[in-house]
Amino acid sequence: MAELAAEAVRVPAGVRHTSLQKFMRRRSTIAFAMTLPLIVLIVALVIYPAFYSMYLATLNKSMQRFVGLGNFEFLFRRATFWMVVKQSCIFAISAVFFKALIGFFVAHFVHTIPTKGQRKWRGMLMVPWVIPTAISTIGWFWLFDPSYSAFNWLLGKFGVDPVPWLGHPLWARFSVILVNVWYGAPFFMIMYLAALKSVPEQLYEAAAIDGANWFQRLWYITLPMMRNIIAITVLFSLIVTFANFDIVRILTAGGPVDQTHVFATWAFLLGIQGNDIPLGAAVSLFMLPILGVSAIFILRGVRRRTIEA
Amino acid sequence: MAEVALRRVVKMFEKTPAVRGIDLEIADKEFIVLVGPSGCGKSTTLRMIAGLEETTAGEIWIGGDLVNDVPPKDRDIAMVFQNYALYPHMTVFENMSFGLRLKRFPKSEIKARVEAAARILDITDLLDRRPKQLSGGQRQRVAMGRAIVRNPKVFLFDEPLSNLDAKLRVQMRTEIKKVHQKVMTTTVYVTHDQVEAMTLADRVVVMNQGRIDQIGTPHELYHAPKTKFVAGFIGSPAMNFVPATLEANAAALSVRLPNGIAFRVPEDRTERYRPFVGRPVLFGLRPEHITEPRGMLHPDQQVFDVALDVVEPMGMETMVYFVMDGAEVCGRVDPSSAREVGEKMRLVADLRHMHLIDPETEEVL
Amino acid sequence: MTAVTAGELGGLKPARRGSIQKSRRQALFWSYVFLVIFAIFFLTPPIYMLVTSLKSSGEISAVTNPWWVYQPTLENYVELLTQNQFLVFFRNSVVVSVTVVAITMLISVPAAFALSRMKFWGSATLATGVFLTYLIPETLLFIPLFKIFAFLRDVTGIEFINHWWILIILYPTLSVPFCTWIMIGYFASIPKELDEAALIDGAGYIQMLTKIFIPVALPGIIAATIFAFTVSWANFLYPLAFTTSADQLVLPVGIVTTLIKGDVYNWGQIMAGSLLCAAPPLIVYAFLMDYYIAGLTAGATKG
Repeated sequence: MAELAAEAVRVPAGVRHTSLQKFMRRRSTIAFAMTLPLIVLIVALVIYPAFYSMYLATLNKSMQRFVGLGNFEFLFRRATFWMVVKQSCIFAISAVFFKALIGFFVAHFVHTIPTKGQRKWRGMLMVPWVIPTAISTIGWFWLFDPSYSAFNWLLGKFGVDPVPWLGHPLWARFSVILVNVWYGAPFFMIMYLAALKSVPEQLYEAAAIDGANWFQRLWYITLPMMRNIIAITVLFSLIVTFANFDIVRILTAGGPVDQTHVFATWAFLLGIQGNDIPLGAAVSLFMLPILGVSAIFILRGVRRRTIEA
Repeated sequence: MAEVALRRVVKMFEKTPAVRGIDLEIADKEFIVLVGPSGCGKSTTLRMIAGLEETTAGEIWIGGDLVNDVPPKDRDIAMVFQNYALYPHMTVFENMSFGLRLKRFPKSEIKARVEAAARILDITDLLDRRPKQLSGGQRQRVAMGRAIVRNPKVFLFDEPLSNLDAKLRVQMRTEIKKVHQKVMTTTVYVTHDQVEAMTLADRVVVMNQGRIDQIGTPHELYHAPKTKFVAGFIGSPAMNFVPATLEANAAALSVRLPNGIAFRVPEDRTERYRPFVGRPVLFGLRPEHITEPRGMLHPDQQVFDVALDVVEPMGMETMVYFVMDGAEVCGRVDPSSAREVGEKMRLVADLRHMHLIDPETEEVL
Repeated sequence: MTAVTAGELGGLKPARRGSIQKSRRQALFWSYVFLVIFAIFFLTPPIYMLVTSLKSSGEISAVTNPWWVYQPTLENYVELLTQNQFLVFFRNSVVVSVTVVAITMLISVPAAFALSRMKFWGSATLATGVFLTYLIPETLLFIPLFKIFAFLRDVTGIEFINHWWILIILYPTLSVPFCTWIMIGYFASIPKELDEAALIDGAGYIQMLTKIFIPVALPGIIAATIFAFTVSWANFLYPLAFTTSADQLVLPVGIVTTLIKGDVYNWGQIMAGSLLCAAPPLIVYAFLMDYYIAGLTAGATKG
């Protein structure tokens, strides 16, 4: 029997299995046909534009002459550019930090209350995320309005002087970050809440028996168990926040005196409104490094999750 | 109604062989069980019969047709999966009729067939439910119903009972047997549970490491295993194996265990074993053939004394364990005769059921 | 002896339970306090928008309590809904969103099925590629896309820019990668035996998709649909960059660019328009909250 098996193994594979193979090959063809629209869409409208953008960045304003890195040289010599770099980083990092922090605590509070009330609270707290950003930003703009600001009216009741929410560079920076945090924190909350729910209750019971207090349970159980989801959410949010357009555009349009511009709004100003497409492309390309780094880490996290699951 | 034949079937996954050349003839209406430990290739073999896996080499015949090239749906087979694979969004009726509806059977015939199958399985009042609303046993029935409705040439079962609890498993085992007797369709059934194999099969195919070790009726496998693997796999608790040497004294042969005990080989076996005199062998005897002395001893039953290491009362019988030359040996005795741990006990070995195994080839002599 | 033990236990237990209950009650109390604070923070802008939208322009410019309506009126809503321009924005938004949802599902569901079930050469790489595409922000793409469509106009003679339907071409770049990604996750969670059973039952790949996968993964399909809808309803950058004429605008841009006229703000109308624009996503969210949240969390937790 062993000999027979050995002989059989030596039979060259798949000489006669034509039609099942045909079936398999047809399967590949169908599969390819099913993914073709996706591939076309991604290649034509995402990959190609992304590379085209790099090419555009090497042209002069009228797009007739190749200037190499001329646009970048020009940018590096402008103070506004460095201001935008700085502001983009300040904007993204501080906004993500506060979104993550607020999201974490709110998720905790929701998780603490009885299950039957959680739906209601969660539903209410998600509202900022559901309203289109452009729309809610108009609402904030009205709240910040220099002459009719409802916030200043309240402050006035306590005897505080009116705050120039969007008029003064520092306050304007604070305001755009505040709106971004307001809009993004619910997303963190919902992600954390899902993660909190996936931590087995027994772990907390075991820790309670081991004598861990509230903070120790948070530090030694909750945070390590949620590490992966926190990392992925933060990286996602970093990309989105870094590339943010709507809030800054509507709230301050980059002002006062360009002090609140981020890459996206400045690129829009230069490229579309200023009609210097190559320069706009060059500015927007500066979003790539942070994007690449975050993507690598996210992909690693996603892969690890896939393996664990 | 059809016979199934596998000819030198081989399956390689990348470079690792899962099935290393199998020959198997299954008669019409026969209930065949493929049994073996996990990774022995039994499920792969079944999936090749179903057409869910391509064969690397060899031929598969169903009802006189070579089906290597035939996609699953045209092989006229039905399969019951381990996790039932019921379509969660369809009612029981829709689940059972899905195949027929795809083949555009007339509505009246679909209805008639489903109802007939439902009667066989006693699930007539479940037809409007969805899988979520059913218990494990009911889902199992529906999965079988889906197979019966199609009236296929061959039924394929892939470990269908392993998701059920012990009690339900026994009940469903009987159920499957009954269904087979009613519909009399050729059946190939895969399991890792040798009790299921023994109780269900007309013939059992024991597989090990991608090969067939033995094909036979349950009786044959139990009484005349061909290899050490089959001897050890069939029967519970498993057969005892003790290293020994075969000695000749005058006309008779005896098996000498290293601790000095010598068991006399029954006379009708002397000629069979004579070529192996002087060679090391494995002495095999099932626990049920090591008992306390019961009435008059047969000449081929032999008494020996041991000190007990472990005593496990099971109710109707008691398992006693003792060590013979480093090998743990189990006997099954009447509870009233059992002694305490550490005590000496006199036991009887029924040598009419002994086996000798070549330790090198692991074949039964 | 036993009586004494029982008594001791009896004395101990309530005291202990009392302290656990006390700390739980405290945790609960503070949770509610903070939840109320955050709820105020999160809900202030929309509520203030609602308040403003119910005021006449006279009341808005009067120096009264801005947080309260003294003479509630629906005139802002009536004016908007009888005004042709706003209805055009609304219609454009609806047509664009509905079409984009349909295109997105037609592209991403079959692709996700093929990527998760029909392994073919390069399918794993492609799945990762889809995910990476999702990470590329639109703010990086709008400039080259603008140039590409300007170029296409020169070649084909068709004017793409400043037509609302260009958004139907552009929005799928935002919705398709993510929807494909979450559908891959949902399809991957369907047991392999289900397709094998369907294969044996005689289903082809298309039937397997339409009769088994789509119905079984319906929650995922709903979540993906919601995502595609909200993304195409809410996007601001593409319409701002690609459309300019008043009759080609969609809601968010229409409200920002046409209702805000220079320094003359008609805040009551702006707020009413904004709320009308926010209403569809909010209504979808209110009725399908669980699907909405499932889709959101599936993106990063699944796969």
